[in-house]
Amino acid sequence: MTANTAPFTWVGQPRERHEDARMVRGRGQFTDDVARVGALHLAFVRSPIAAGRILSIDTSDALRIDGVRAVLTAVDLGETELTAVLERDGFVPTSMPMLAFDHVRYVGEPIAVIAATDAYAAEDGAEHVFVDIEPLEPITTIDDAAHHRNIHEAATQGTLVDLQMFEHPEVESLLNGAHLTLDEVFTAARLNAAPMECRATLAEIDERSGQLVLHTSTQVPHQVRSGIAQALGMAENAIRVIAPDVGGGFGLKCVVGREEVLTAAVARHLGQTVRWSEDRRDSLMASFSGHEQRYGVRAGFTEHGVLVGIAVDVECDIGAYSAYPFTCGVEPLMACTELPGVYKVGAYSARGRGYATNKAPTAPYRGVSRPQIVLVMERLMEKAATALNIDPIEIRRRNLIAPTDFPYTGPNLITYEPGSYLESLDRCDAEIDRLGWRTRTAPGFRYGLGICCFSERSAYGTTTMGARKMGMTPGYDVSHITMDPTGSVTVTTGTCGHGQGHETTFAQIVADELGIDPADVRLRQGDTDISSYGWGTFASRSLVIGGGAALDAAGKLAESLKIVAAAVLEANPEDVRLADGQAWVDQVSVPISELARKVHFSAHEIPDVPFRLLEARGQADPDGCFSNATHAALVRVDEGTGEAHVLDYIVVEDCGVVVNPLIVDGQVRGGVAQGIGAALYERLSYDEDGQPQSATFMDYLVPTACEIPDLHIFHLETPNEASKIGAKGMGEGGAIGAPTAVLNAVNDALGSDFDMLPVLPSHILAMLATEERT
Amino acid sequence: MKPAAFEYHRVFDAVEAVQLLEELGDEAKILAGGQSLTPMMNFRLARPTALIDINHCDSLDFIHRDDDVLTIGALTRHRTVEMSTGTKFRDGYEVLPLAAPHIGHYPIRTRGTFGGSIAHSDPSAEWCVLARLLDATIVLLGPDGKREVPAAEWFTGFLTTAIADAEIVLEVRFAQPRQHAALAEFAQRQGDFAIASAAVAYDIVDGVCANTAVVLGAVASEPFRIAELDQIADGLEPTPDTWRKVAAAAPEYISPADDLHGDSDYRRRLAKTMIERAFNDAASEKES
Repeated sequence: MTANTAPFTWVGQPRERHEDARMVRGRGQFTDDVARVGALHLAFVRSPIAAGRILSIDTSDALRIDGVRAVLTAVDLGETELTAVLERDGFVPTSMPMLAFDHVRYVGEPIAVIAATDAYAAEDGAEHVFVDIEPLEPITTIDDAAHHRNIHEAATQGTLVDLQMFEHPEVESLLNGAHLTLDEVFTAARLNAAPMECRATLAEIDERSGQLVLHTSTQVPHQVRSGIAQALGMAENAIRVIAPDVGGGFGLKCVVGREEVLTAAVARHLGQTVRWSEDRRDSLMASFSGHEQRYGVRAGFTEHGVLVGIAVDVECDIGAYSAYPFTCGVEPLMACTELPGVYKVGAYSARGRGYATNKAPTAPYRGVSRPQIVLVMERLMEKAATALNIDPIEIRRRNLIAPTDFPYTGPNLITYEPGSYLESLDRCDAEIDRLGWRTRTAPGFRYGLGICCFSERSAYGTTTMGARKMGMTPGYDVSHITMDPTGSVTVTTGTCGHGQGHETTFAQIVADELGIDPADVRLRQGDTDISSYGWGTFASRSLVIGGGAALDAAGKLAESLKIVAAAVLEANPEDVRLADGQAWVDQVSVPISELARKVHFSAHEIPDVPFRLLEARGQADPDGCFSNATHAALVRVDEGTGEAHVLDYIVVEDCGVVVNPLIVDGQVRGGVAQGIGAALYERLSYDEDGQPQSATFMDYLVPTACEIPDLHIFHLETPNEASKIGAKGMGEGGAIGAPTAVLNAVNDALGSDFDMLPVLPSHILAMLATEERT
Repeated sequence: MKPAAFEYHRVFDAVEAVQLLEELGDEAKILAGGQSLTPMMNFRLARPTALIDINHCDSLDFIHRDDDVLTIGALTRHRTVEMSTGTKFRDGYEVLPLAAPHIGHYPIRTRGTFGGSIAHSDPSAEWCVLARLLDATIVLLGPDGKREVPAAEWFTGFLTTAIADAEIVLEVRFAQPRQHAALAEFAQRQGDFAIASAAVAYDIVDGVCANTAVVLGAVASEPFRIAELDQIADGLEPTPDTWRKVAAAAPEYISPADDLHGDSDYRRRLAKTMIERAFNDAASEKES
């Protein structure tokens, strides 16, 4: 390639992931791989019952177990707690104690911590702590919470958050007068993100820096540092948080876990290195869950199937505590604000409530309420289509925000920038025909196809996040870039990739800006001592915000390089062009590495060029942007077993400029797999006493490769005008669209009207049995 | 999920294992493939004081066929049965290798053993269901020597068997090859424990079904044979109508417990489907 060919960009190339070389060889460095001789292993004594008052804790037997070095309770560690805050009326702040000291509120809640010479002795010790608990009535459902006991004194009618977010004065009369009024209830089950790597933390004291150093499996190292500083009353510069390779998070690791804080507290208390590695049982039982919601919806349509209004009552089961820093408001707020999605809904009213129950606390999980609001909107479309005898694709066309509507401000006060809502639906429709989905039949089976249109708001900056009124508002990020004497570049970011391939995509973005090879760009992330305060990786923010900050920094470095090049080539900086590792002025060039060498080692030769020129700091804080997609699922239902199997799947998605198609497709595939799990397999169950019923992978069914079809993925490109990269966040869309696409397909196959996630073989066979009888 | 402390003993033949079992008492457990025992130990649901590892007892790892008699050594891995392509399972025992892919996942099948499955006696276990279907004999070694127990008397409840103190399973003997036999099962995901399974066998004598056997797995505390169903098929022609008739009669004989993956009604309906599918498979297997 020469400088004169049509512009080549690294952005857009299907570059293999830099991370994979170590990952596929088993050479990743995860928290549990951090070797420390003599580290003590922690195990937690956890509540065996869902609700009760702690009367006494007897640790004496545990202290006699071989290998047990310490048994600590809240009395020993101080009654530390974290309080997540929303500054709103209708939000009740409650504290999550690090170790329970007066009440236990869910099975698995930590009460005491054992430090022992190995993990076996630690578990032996945990078995020998005797906790006397006076049981209280367990509250295990939204209805229990509303009508029985408040599990937190401050709660009102079971809620910790109750907000009338939108209230159109005429919505009731519009609905009552509509040609078709639907009155429906939609539900979604409680889920666990089930990352491949469970949580893990190692805490040690660095004697040289005097810091408390944590290696922890997190998406948000700086927020872990802030949380620990708050809980333990420390200055933030006394704490260093390192996220090594992280084996998936999906939101479960974007809140601060009490075990993370406790591991830090124990290391500090004992003055010794300690480590904790969560096992799968604890992860399923006592980490964070999400998505358990119920929607009471009234919706009105004209005779032509056009929406005239929606009134929605969102009820979320938020579990026992409000997680730091996002609070238990994260699901109801998201649901109320973004329910209209890709549709023009007319008048809109929305109330959102979060009920505290005696179940594990909730955290954001991939999609955060979007899978459920899409369930609502897409089921409404199907129901109205059936009632009004309109083709289900046609009714969507009539309600989608059209190209001529953009920028469109909805009744939820969000302004939507252009997207390809109609185009993606039309393309999906065409692909369905091309693949022959509509003509499948086989005896003993029923085939169905389901459609799902949705958008995915991503890259929430401080303006958008500020509207939530959290006690701490995420959104911006800062990046530092420096070029060394060989001309290679080191970029820091406050985002924290944990499987998304940021080392690869950030390098592509930076390389284009500097005219160098991505192999010469190294990304440093996941270390609070390396990067400026940042907000980690969640809510599909990193490429747009972290990548945007890196691009901003790289742009400044590029300007500096041009100054150096101009001095060397005796030209004007504005005439310098960076490409192919060279700085060009017309046909004359000098290698960028030579410029770097000169600045560092021969500064005297370019006396007019300022020192420290080859580093820069950039930032980004966008308003947020919307990706969009249409999904379609082909499902085959076995009439003899009720099994619904996803045979084929189409995704037509638009995330603006695709920086790396391999990575975007990987995000889509993983998301769809989790969405199929939510549609047909996954469900965290509790019995009426609040005992978890799905604490193993035998009972919590995560789909495997056998249950996931190959996907047909198509990209449309409506660039993000607000970002120089042109990309929009897209990390969650797969998981947002798939549950309802699959559910719609099941309903299409059976002529049924299931409105819940997941739909299981037992539901389907029971429905078929009813059909036989009638 | 770390086990409580235990002693570990390695033995090299069955006699040594029995001696150790006698010596260590009933808190000692045999470790074969470990695919059920070690997870239970990790959850601390099982807390043996000692494990007696028989994985080096090479003499227990064999498959032997002598005319009608098929003998499978206790240490034979599931995968070995699955991959047996020779003549050992031909002429009447094809159902065993054909059922093997239903057992867990590949890594589980390479470790788990035939004898371990029979001794553990999970009601959904494929080998247990087939042992009951084919009237196998479980051969044990104990302090007083060998003892034989017919499969009909082996299963005595959920995860319990007729094994006595200090006995170990030596081998499982099948002596009644069947013209037609098949096992069908359903789980939501490939490789999971069956929610319901059915194994059927029949011969054809003078153009009609004879010696029919229907055994259900996973719907009772042990593999469950329903004699009334056997009698429905006997004397009828081997047609889809017959299979439907047998299957339709099944639900009234079973009352499976509700569980997370399906309530009682569901599992009853599922059992019916599995019976019909097992018969259809048994019928088509011989044709192909």
